[in-house]
Amino acid sequence: MTQTFPVTVTVNEKKYKREVEARLLLSDFLRHELGLTGTHVGCEHGVCGACTILFDGESVRSCLMFAVQADGHALITVEGLAKDKDNLHPLQQSFWEAHGLQCGYCTPGILMSMIPFLQKNPNPTEDEIRQALSGNLCRCTGYQHIVDAVKLAAEKMG
Amino acid sequence: MKPAPFEYHVPDSIEQALDLMSQHADEAKILAGGQSLVSAMNFRVIQPSVVIDLNRVAELSYIRAEGDVIRIGSMARERHLEFDSSIAKRTPLLTEAMPHIAHPQIRNRGTIGGSIVHADPAAELPVLMLALNARLKAKNISGERWIDAQDFFAGMFTTALAPDEILVEIEMPFMPARTGWSFMEVAPRAGDYALMGVAVLVTLEKNGKCKKAKLVYLNAGDGPVDAKEAAKILEGEKLNDKLIESASAMASRKEINPFGNVHTSPDFQRHLANVLTKKALKQAMQRAEENLQ
Repeated sequence: MTQTFPVTVTVNEKKYKREVEARLLLSDFLRHELGLTGTHVGCEHGVCGACTILFDGESVRSCLMFAVQADGHALITVEGLAKDKDNLHPLQQSFWEAHGLQCGYCTPGILMSMIPFLQKNPNPTEDEIRQALSGNLCRCTGYQHIVDAVKLAAEKMG
Repeated sequence: MKPAPFEYHVPDSIEQALDLMSQHADEAKILAGGQSLVSAMNFRVIQPSVVIDLNRVAELSYIRAEGDVIRIGSMARERHLEFDSSIAKRTPLLTEAMPHIAHPQIRNRGTIGGSIVHADPAAELPVLMLALNARLKAKNISGERWIDAQDFFAGMFTTALAPDEILVEIEMPFMPARTGWSFMEVAPRAGDYALMGVAVLVTLEKNGKCKKAKLVYLNAGDGPVDAKEAAKILEGEKLNDKLIESASAMASRKEINPFGNVHTSPDFQRHLANVLTKKALKQAMQRAEENLQ
């Protein structure tokens, strides 16, 4: 009989209770147990950044944590950004307007990395934006439009 | 669900953690920040049968200045070290180096203790521990001992810790008066593993001569490499370009032993070490001179 652990976690201000095996990754918990498939899974070893979420307000790789470790904590995933599909978060709206994505696979992780970055640094330089994006890989865009989108977001949110 | 199954323990005190370690020492892995461990478990490169998670041991997470030392609990997050004001004031070398450690997303979880015990030769924190002359406190169920950083790193991914010991505290002396510092590395992209990196400290006498120098390298051997002969060239002398040239040549040609990897040859690593050492020594010297007044 496999041992399981109770997990009570708040995700996007909604409380969930589940029983999980200790080895279940937080990224897989969000996707498979909670059905929140906006969090993408790329490399699964902390390099690509696609699975980035906010853990108690700070950006983290959800593939490098176990779901059981989230017990009692508050998470925000990309699903928590927009009020509804017609009211995107200004950061999302900026990515739309500046063509900051092509295939979109890396986008949720980038958004969840940029939220705390822009909170801490509302007026970033291009160099600071590129540094802040260095932990998220995009294989489509060449990054230029992503940088443009983050600049636009800083203007909208500032 | 990628890692192999394991027995999971989540103690909420050091005592409980030590007790668990005494029972499971040979088969257990400590889970600190998980930024290296979980990645290796996802690949099943390692398959520990027991995982002891220290993330609920609140008493291991602190940073405080006490007397003439900084004390850091082994579970303090790298991101907290990066922004700590007493670290910035007393051991600014550490503050300067922190942003070079991976990305904020990693530093938000990664811990000082986890990185030290992982003992990756390409990591920054083991190098900084040596440069800053840190002492590391290890505990097991029957007691505790202090290990000097220079005796702690025993080779690639290997430390002086016994299987049942947990690293609980890091003690760093305040940097001495009239000390300048510099941390420099070269990485293909911000946050990547560095091809080469160096931490430098220079302490001057009141008359401006070099009293003590320290040069420690990452990715330059099977652990942090302390270039003692290069330091000797500088000590007791009034530093100038010629001495800096010869210390850099000594460290980069004779003292480091880089292996090369897919991104770089050992020769290029030696070249980088030479260039970085010259730049870092000049910066450290300049900062030390500013502290002379």
